[in-house]
Amino acid sequence: MTVINVVKDTEALTLTLTAEFAAPLDRVWQVWADPRQLEQWWGPPTWPATFVDFDFVPGGRATYFMTGPDGDKSHGWWQFMSIDEPRGLELADGFASDSGESDDTMPKTQMAVSLDEMDGGTRMTFVGSFDSLEDMERLTAMGMAEGLTEAAGQIDALLT
Amino acid sequence: MVVEMLSPNVDRVFAALSDATRRDIVERVMHAEESVSSLARRYSMSFAAVQKHVAVLERASLVTKRTSGRERLVTGNVESVRAAAQLLDDYEQIWRGRIDRIAALLGEPAEPSTTHPSNDS
Repeated sequence: MTVINVVKDTEALTLTLTAEFAAPLDRVWQVWADPRQLEQWWGPPTWPATFVDFDFVPGGRATYFMTGPDGDKSHGWWQFMSIDEPRGLELADGFASDSGESDDTMPKTQMAVSLDEMDGGTRMTFVGSFDSLEDMERLTAMGMAEGLTEAAGQIDALLT
Repeated sequence: MVVEMLSPNVDRVFAALSDATRRDIVERVMHAEESVSSLARRYSMSFAAVQKHVAVLERASLVTKRTSGRERLVTGNVESVRAAAQLLDDYEQIWRGRIDRIAALLGEPAEPSTTHPSNDS
């Protein structure tokens, strides 16, 4: 099983998720550190992400956009708060305008990732936290809308 | 879950929260009950405008209003706070999708999707 534990704190508005991968620590680090690999998993298949800038240093920023089935683009940014290669990183994830500038009226998520070596692989712990319930509502609704188009695409594929 | 998110009430909730003043009102009254007139003093807009914002929030069930003497008191709706649990579930699903894709990227066989145990605190 990949995901081994999930803890949700409805007061602190955090999700802590622990996953185990049968790959060495340095390999798992690459899925975060290499934008070409990030693009393969950050967005769902129907909303793939393209990273434009990727300044992978503490305080550095990354910009990306996700392209929907109709060609719609949803822009986002990351700010790397800390990078401790290859053990972990902290970043903020937010929405951006079409020109890539951060949109402060939109919700932001704080993310902390830590990687630990274990027998036969790597354990990844992810903590996502929201500033407010409203942020969480808006963000998950957007994610769900993307999930819905993804599910619809999978059903299509099944039927054709 | 997806169907729930698309219910008319959710549309109202998102429409209600699309405005910065209304988000601010919800945050404040979620912490402590506050009168419409006290809220009106916080923003550079007319009493009527603030009253309208409160009405939008009320229709979305994000706040409730009660009368106490001459005051109209606004309180955050606890039910909508309970929705946090549901929202964290949704967020969990987004991340389960990402973890599955990382696993695929690392060349691991896809796991059958089953209900995983979770610890809610």
